[in-house]
Amino acid sequence: MSPRTGSFAHVLCLIFALLAALAPARARADDLRLWHAYRDAEAAALVEVVERFSAATGHRVELLAVAHESFASKLVATIPRGQGPDVFIDSHERLGDYRQRALVGPATAALDDPAVYSAQSLAAVTRDGVVWGVPLSAKSVALFVNTGLVGHVPKTLEEIAALSLPAGVYPLAYEAQSAYGHMPLLAAFGGRMLAEDASFGFVGPAAERSLAFARELAERGAVPRDADGALVADLFRSGRAAFAISGPWLVGDLAQVRFAWRVIPLPVVAETGLPMRPPLTVEAAMLSPQGAAKPAALALARALGGADAAELRQRQAGTLSVRTDVPVPEDNPVLAGFRAQAELAEPMSADPAMRSTWEPAFRAIRKVLRGQADPAEALAEAAHRFADVRRPPPAAASPTPALLLLGLGLLLVAFHLVRRARDPDARQALRRSLPAYRYVAHSVVVVGLLVFVPLIVGAATSLFAGRPGEGYYVGLANFVEILTARGGPLLATGSFWFVLLVTFLWTAVNVVLHLGIGLALGLVLSRPTLRLRALYRVLLIIPWAVPSYVTALAWKGMFHQQYGAVTGLIHAVNDLFGTSVEPIAWFSRFATAFAANVATNVWLGFPFMMVVTLGALTAVPADVLEAAEVDGASRWQRLTRVTLPMIRPALAPAVTLGAIWTFNMFNVVFLVSGGDPDGATDILVSEAYRWAFTREAQYGYAAAYAVLIFLLLLVTTRLPAWLARRSEAAR
Amino acid sequence: MSPSGQGRRVGLVESIGAHLLLIVAVAFALYPVLWVISLAFSGAVEPTARVIPVPIEPTLEHLRGVAFSTLEVPGGPDRWLFGLQLANSIVISLATALVGVVIAVPTAYALARFEFVGKDSGVRALLATQMFPAVASAIPLYIILDGLGLLGTRSGLVLCYATTAVPFAIFQLRGAFETIPRDLEEAAMVDGATRFEAFRKVVLPAARPAIAVTALFAFMSAYNEFVLAHTMLGREEMYTVPVVLQRYISEFSADWPKFAAGSLIVSIPVMVLFYIAQRHLIAGLTAGGVKG
Repeated sequence: MSPRTGSFAHVLCLIFALLAALAPARARADDLRLWHAYRDAEAAALVEVVERFSAATGHRVELLAVAHESFASKLVATIPRGQGPDVFIDSHERLGDYRQRALVGPATAALDDPAVYSAQSLAAVTRDGVVWGVPLSAKSVALFVNTGLVGHVPKTLEEIAALSLPAGVYPLAYEAQSAYGHMPLLAAFGGRMLAEDASFGFVGPAAERSLAFARELAERGAVPRDADGALVADLFRSGRAAFAISGPWLVGDLAQVRFAWRVIPLPVVAETGLPMRPPLTVEAAMLSPQGAAKPAALALARALGGADAAELRQRQAGTLSVRTDVPVPEDNPVLAGFRAQAELAEPMSADPAMRSTWEPAFRAIRKVLRGQADPAEALAEAAHRFADVRRPPPAAASPTPALLLLGLGLLLVAFHLVRRARDPDARQALRRSLPAYRYVAHSVVVVGLLVFVPLIVGAATSLFAGRPGEGYYVGLANFVEILTARGGPLLATGSFWFVLLVTFLWTAVNVVLHLGIGLALGLVLSRPTLRLRALYRVLLIIPWAVPSYVTALAWKGMFHQQYGAVTGLIHAVNDLFGTSVEPIAWFSRFATAFAANVATNVWLGFPFMMVVTLGALTAVPADVLEAAEVDGASRWQRLTRVTLPMIRPALAPAVTLGAIWTFNMFNVVFLVSGGDPDGATDILVSEAYRWAFTREAQYGYAAAYAVLIFLLLLVTTRLPAWLARRSEAAR
Repeated sequence: MSPSGQGRRVGLVESIGAHLLLIVAVAFALYPVLWVISLAFSGAVEPTARVIPVPIEPTLEHLRGVAFSTLEVPGGPDRWLFGLQLANSIVISLATALVGVVIAVPTAYALARFEFVGKDSGVRALLATQMFPAVASAIPLYIILDGLGLLGTRSGLVLCYATTAVPFAIFQLRGAFETIPRDLEEAAMVDGATRFEAFRKVVLPAARPAIAVTALFAFMSAYNEFVLAHTMLGREEMYTVPVVLQRYISEFSADWPKFAAGSLIVSIPVMVLFYIAQRHLIAGLTAGGVKG
């Protein structure tokens, strides 16, 4: 073995040794697994509760913190394979979904006397007469008051909105555009998101009046138009909002503020005389089916919901208990405020259909607040959208024709192979290929197993419908639905054809800008007399080196209408030149939202093209350029007639690759515009993602999108070569 | 007309123009990054539209908060969580780069040097796999990994990443090998080396820059990935850093300063690698390139 391969082998061994060493000691088989989504103080309180449980019972517990957003997908991925948790702490509103997917077991055996839980919380975890979790805590939004700004707290929302405050201070900050943020207002008008019979509730006079009311608040400047949770927190924290509607998660952020504040229930809306009622989320210790069969897991769930644990959580983490036998500590007025609110709140619906209300409701609210649609019109559209997503999947089809086709195809392939095997030429070619096969065999196995098999299975999924695990064959129905735009107008926003056009536009604009900027910078950087070249090169490569999800979010922040840096630039320009350019609401119109996405993606992608150009330019011999100069070619001629044609072969593959990447650039579209306005800037990949993960988990439908994307890319990248070959043959 | 004098003046104007263009480009490239940095060091928030990214009430608290996070183990001593997670990230990415390159090198060599039955269709099929969105093939991949008993392990994650790293490395390296003159190996073979020895002792050293760049890409894509990492990894002490970052920004409360601080720490290793590799980057990239 040569020294070089020897050292290489050492590195290999070292890395695998590291991988092995990092592996924690294997959990013992009788360890209990507990999953949660807590952070900071709540997580610390949970650890203490679990430590007490372990000390008392001798059962070891393995804890895992999982991000709230991916809790459900992780449960789906693990519980059916026996790798999931025994006990998990999650919100009650997901119970309907978990029940449907058989991810929870009954928890009745882990309950204490039912009388110790608040009636609301027990009702929240009960479905079909069975209790599916031990209720732990209740969370809802409430009204935060900056008592330094307002001495006397008004009773009604109208009075709050009419408060006269210093310039730049909002009377109230809440997440006006989110469906969750709008629900308290909707309740004050007597409406609800989901009707009792699981049909879309966000329609009719109550919903319209609530939206008109919210629009008026925004138009009067009483509330910020497009605040998300983080902005609500920032506004309140910095004293720029007298009131804020937010939840217990804001309390931790207020530890260091210099003004006095308190928490009280939400106000009454004078127009109806009804209080704003926020939705209540009950966190419960749920048992997976395997956990429900373990006495130790039941004991753990019981301990988590016990009075000691509840008392500890309230004291240490300020988590409101649902137990009636655990009073709120007298020295904690904040918790008392949340408890008062919780008693007035209504548990969120746990019906699986609830999930499908968010996206349509969110879009409708946003449209109305931006003045792009009337409430009635926007809500009718939302109802339509809800019905579309909830529409039952296509009917099962007979698999016989497909199986026949498949059999026929296999037969043909086999026939072809046999004929080739008999052909002496082919045999000889095969024999000559043997040495090469020794070099490729292992990667054929790896790529075949890890790349081709999942891909083929994934593509085959497009012929199925229904939830994962209970899918059935539907033939080409998914494709038919997509290509006919689900029966709607072919070029309506969100239809396949519209999204396709946007995707092509997106790819073309990005590739042109990537190439243009990359080429220009590459050419400038390769000037022989340029100073500081290395410095420029390093600085210009930075966008490539920073993780794209980080910078995509940074760009989104820069495009915020009120507080973004771009708006800051507009103000600066106005101050400097005395102009009066209005700040732009970037994500409310297609053109500007699209431009924001493009700016982000161009920023991410130009360094790649620049580096490729630089590399290609090193291959252009100086003497050719000199010869052209001697022949009297101008600079421009030298560039277009000599340099560009010479670097074209090196650039072409990079452009193809860049186009494929851009076509499937999910991160930027999803994180920056999120499809705004109204799904218009979604591209095919983000649309496929939405069908798979936010709309009823229609994997078959999403897979059909993936297959269409694949075919489109295949055809467009193959077409030029194919055309060239044909025109050659014709000649 | 005195060509030299005018030429020099034109040269000066052009040179100023070039620097101006580059400075604008650098400002464009750095601006968002500076915002992330300023956020990471800000001790207070001030919701106003600002132009210059400077931290308000500068503090190191967020950086410290991220870097010194600990895992409280019930009934055991606390562990330095962030250290573990950073080590995970680095080891997983190194392993991905290594697996990608080790598998791809011989294959790419064979594609560059041999003619064999199935070569063209194989290459085309491999390129085609890169066009299929991961949304649809992720779930079958889980099932396969589960069958191999690797679901929820770091080795399983490395295999997941290898699915994109290997095809990319094959294309990249095939181009690199094609640019190495055949004479080199032929001379070695005339001197009595076998084909494999010639490959190992002559071709591989010559292709080192391209291999380094390919490995860097594989490293980086694994290092920055979080969707798969999040779904695949089963325990907090196995998490990679992007997964940790994602936890700072949840639906209800987003801890942007901590997210920014974490992003900074995450970016540093990649920046260092880029800085070291940038000399090779240009040569290595062009040598490769995807040819369908």
